[in-house]
Amino acid sequence: MASTRVVVDPITRIEGHLRIEAQAEGGKISKAWASSTQFRGIEIIMQGRDPRDAWAFTQRICGVCTVVHAVASCRAVEDALNIKIPPNANTIRNLIHGMQYIQDHVIHFYHLHALDWVDVVSALKADPAGTAKLAASLSPWPNNSATHFRDVQERVKKFVASGQLGIFTNGYWGHPAYKLPPEANLMAVAHYLEALDWQRDVIRLHTVFGGKNPHPNFLVGGMASAINLNDTATINAERLTDIRQMITRAQAFVEQVYFPDLVAIASFYKDWGAIGGGTRNYLACGEFPENDIRDLDSLYFPRGIILNGDLSTVHPYDPMKVKEYINSSWYEYGKGDEAGLHPYEGETKAKYSGPPTPWTYLQDEKKYSWMKSPRYDDMPMQVGPLARALVGYASGHEGYKALVTEVLTRLDVPAAALFSTLGRTAARGIETVLLARKMNEWYDKLVSRISSGDTQTFVADAWKPESWPAKAQGYGFLDAPRGALGHWVQIEDQKISRYQCVVPSTWNCSPRDGKGVPGPYEAALMDNHPLVNPEQPLEILRTIHSFDPCMSCGVHVLDATGAVVTEVKVQ
Amino acid sequence: MLSPTSHPWTEDETLVEHLEHRGVSRRDFVAFCSSFAAILGLDSLGGAKIAAALEVVKRPTVIWIQLQECTGCVESVIRTAEPTIGDLVLDVISLDYSHTLMAASGTAAEKALQDSMKANGGKYILLVTGSVPLADNGIYTTIGGRTAKEILEEAGKGAAAVIALGACAHFGSVQAARPNPTGAVGVRDIIKDKPVVNIAGCPPIADVVTATVVHFLTFGRLPEVDAEGRPLFAYGARIHDQCPRRANFDAGQYVETFDDEAARKGWCLYKVGCKGPATYSPCPIFQWNTRTSWPIGAGHPCIGCTEPMFWDTMSPFYDRLPDVGGFGIENKVDLIGAAAAIGATAGVVAHATMQGIHNIRAKKDLNIEEAGTKKEDHHG
Repeated sequence: MASTRVVVDPITRIEGHLRIEAQAEGGKISKAWASSTQFRGIEIIMQGRDPRDAWAFTQRICGVCTVVHAVASCRAVEDALNIKIPPNANTIRNLIHGMQYIQDHVIHFYHLHALDWVDVVSALKADPAGTAKLAASLSPWPNNSATHFRDVQERVKKFVASGQLGIFTNGYWGHPAYKLPPEANLMAVAHYLEALDWQRDVIRLHTVFGGKNPHPNFLVGGMASAINLNDTATINAERLTDIRQMITRAQAFVEQVYFPDLVAIASFYKDWGAIGGGTRNYLACGEFPENDIRDLDSLYFPRGIILNGDLSTVHPYDPMKVKEYINSSWYEYGKGDEAGLHPYEGETKAKYSGPPTPWTYLQDEKKYSWMKSPRYDDMPMQVGPLARALVGYASGHEGYKALVTEVLTRLDVPAAALFSTLGRTAARGIETVLLARKMNEWYDKLVSRISSGDTQTFVADAWKPESWPAKAQGYGFLDAPRGALGHWVQIEDQKISRYQCVVPSTWNCSPRDGKGVPGPYEAALMDNHPLVNPEQPLEILRTIHSFDPCMSCGVHVLDATGAVVTEVKVQ
Repeated sequence: MLSPTSHPWTEDETLVEHLEHRGVSRRDFVAFCSSFAAILGLDSLGGAKIAAALEVVKRPTVIWIQLQECTGCVESVIRTAEPTIGDLVLDVISLDYSHTLMAASGTAAEKALQDSMKANGGKYILLVTGSVPLADNGIYTTIGGRTAKEILEEAGKGAAAVIALGACAHFGSVQAARPNPTGAVGVRDIIKDKPVVNIAGCPPIADVVTATVVHFLTFGRLPEVDAEGRPLFAYGARIHDQCPRRANFDAGQYVETFDDEAARKGWCLYKVGCKGPATYSPCPIFQWNTRTSWPIGAGHPCIGCTEPMFWDTMSPFYDRLPDVGGFGIENKVDLIGAAAAIGATAGVVAHATMQGIHNIRAKKDLNIEEAGTKKEDHHG
């Protein structure tokens, strides 16, 4: 049977620019290629700058994961300069990063991923009373009334009748892969709209501590938001109460809307528990230190590696085993294209070798992406919620064990169903519940420390560059919503001499390495993967969205020498 | 006027009918058109002409293209307070193309774009986030296999209004910082045959974005802007002149180190690097995230993100303003010190600091220098 060539570019409802190419035959995908099509060169721009500014520059790698690069950067510089931040600052960073996870995962589920599973047009046929009945069987959420669902339906009906379909234009409505009954579709559409209002509220936690969102402010050495219960311009009881309420509302929505919706919708798509597994190696670098970041045993999300889907052993993670390859990437290495370089000796020289634009196909090219191929011990790794859930489950983490078991039981699927498109989407919900609960503990911890008289949020010891050694280097890690993230910084004569990041979406979206082994996106699309109608690539979107791609994060530049890679005179 | 939330703009409803639903009478509408005509210097029949033109406007089409960027501006817009993003997308505008939100991908998405540009030629609002990399034939950002430059040029042709949203679309932002490896530039460097409004900031406050769109829909034109292309209703004043910590600046009460006693009293952040004295921004007035707080309000100095090339001109971010790399003019230090207690000299300080920026720009780019000079006249 002849295979059909498929190009999906742009992949929408993601961060950044991603192109997927595939070959399909007999309703299945036989080959797939993932190409990142944006490059910005931020690490080159870092060179020669003040390391205390690095968080602000690297934060702009991504406005969706808007805190993760900033915190990883602060940790890298604090590691290099041997700075131990005060416990309050550590707890505030946990609260900020925790809320980032919660808000980001809910937005991903409803606004980026849901339209892959939910047919908006079908919602128009629903009986709102039936929707209310369904919703009441899942959760006590007070807004789940027939009146509310009817209002939403009327609104959507008017919208559709206007003939101006806006963001819903040319959606794959009516595609046979949509399985939800109209009542469930209406429920999801109503919660899509509700989640838009909810996320705007709970993210204000970032604004209280960081002044704004996206891109709240951070500070090497702690946090800039001073605590003083007796002043109007500082963190005081009024602001803490606001935080308290946000945490309560965040947890309520996660436990009463997001998680029940996720399990309910998943129950109609159990076949996706056997689709799109791909790479069976998983890496989690660990996150949410209870104490100082150097105390690895205090991480709430544990660190470790799972190999070949074997949950009986959690291998230790050794950052020195990370290497990046460029066999399929538009770069060149001094040692040649076959070399794999650890970030400490990494280098990047952008060298585009693809066809001139506009492109027809990239799949016949040896090199086809701006992503490099990170490998751990020369193996591709999946990172993200599923990696964390598997490492947590296999390590005996109580929270993960309980929730993973609950989801498997409620869906009545075997543990093997975790290694799939459905597994990635379910794992995201599981860790959101864990964090929504954990936020309460961090809040209580902060309040109790303030109550005992400790209001310190910053250490000034190593603030002045004169106090720094002539040379220093540091590694900052952080397990971000999309997976394991590492920043490496080297400082010479008070300036950044090298800055490097290895980012979650680089792991997941990596192209083929020198051995021809595909990256996790590609491997997932080639694992028992359907594609019924290449003109409507709904199934591809399901699997790619289950990774929650963040392309701007994934593409970066490592430069070992400090030399300017590409000089362009614009100014 | 009632909010769009409770009164969606429905099928077959003209602007005048829609406004009536929201409590604006036809008489008020015609009166508005007449005064608008007077502003434009039209004769007495001009008002009637404008009214006739606006009466038949349908739910307007917005096309949002995302180029070389981080998606932070999209995230900012979905935090908007009033109208909310849900209201905006369902009731106020027809958002025909948006990578982050639209259901379709690939060919179906690109067809939606082409169809909308064709059907609404000359009438749609073009929102742009992200910069345009020009180096190496624009290969550093492609969508659907086409370069950002090609996509922007095509979409710009049929736009009734162009809104460049965020620092990347404004001037290239972080990727345009020294040494600008991809040759990133802003929208105004590509679209030169029509005005481009710059909603400055990294990212901008969501409410400024929606207010600008609503301004266009309500008044049929883009808001007045400064020489940097930024709407005056948001960027007309310096942070320093609106800052609640200004009294501390004037009284010489400064934070010397983060988390010191002064920081715990909410004193002025000038000495730990605040760029408020050189930054025109709505932050202190609009505030962030439904008016929860703003950077200085949360104890961190302003980094000047609404100003062009701030990554180079305002950094190192924690250095005191006149010592900042971009400035380097020693006598301005004394000037600021001397001016501290005298509010009336604030304008002089502003002038001086802006002069510092202009001097830097003059070495780099004559065009920006020219724009900056105009701006100085405006605010001077």
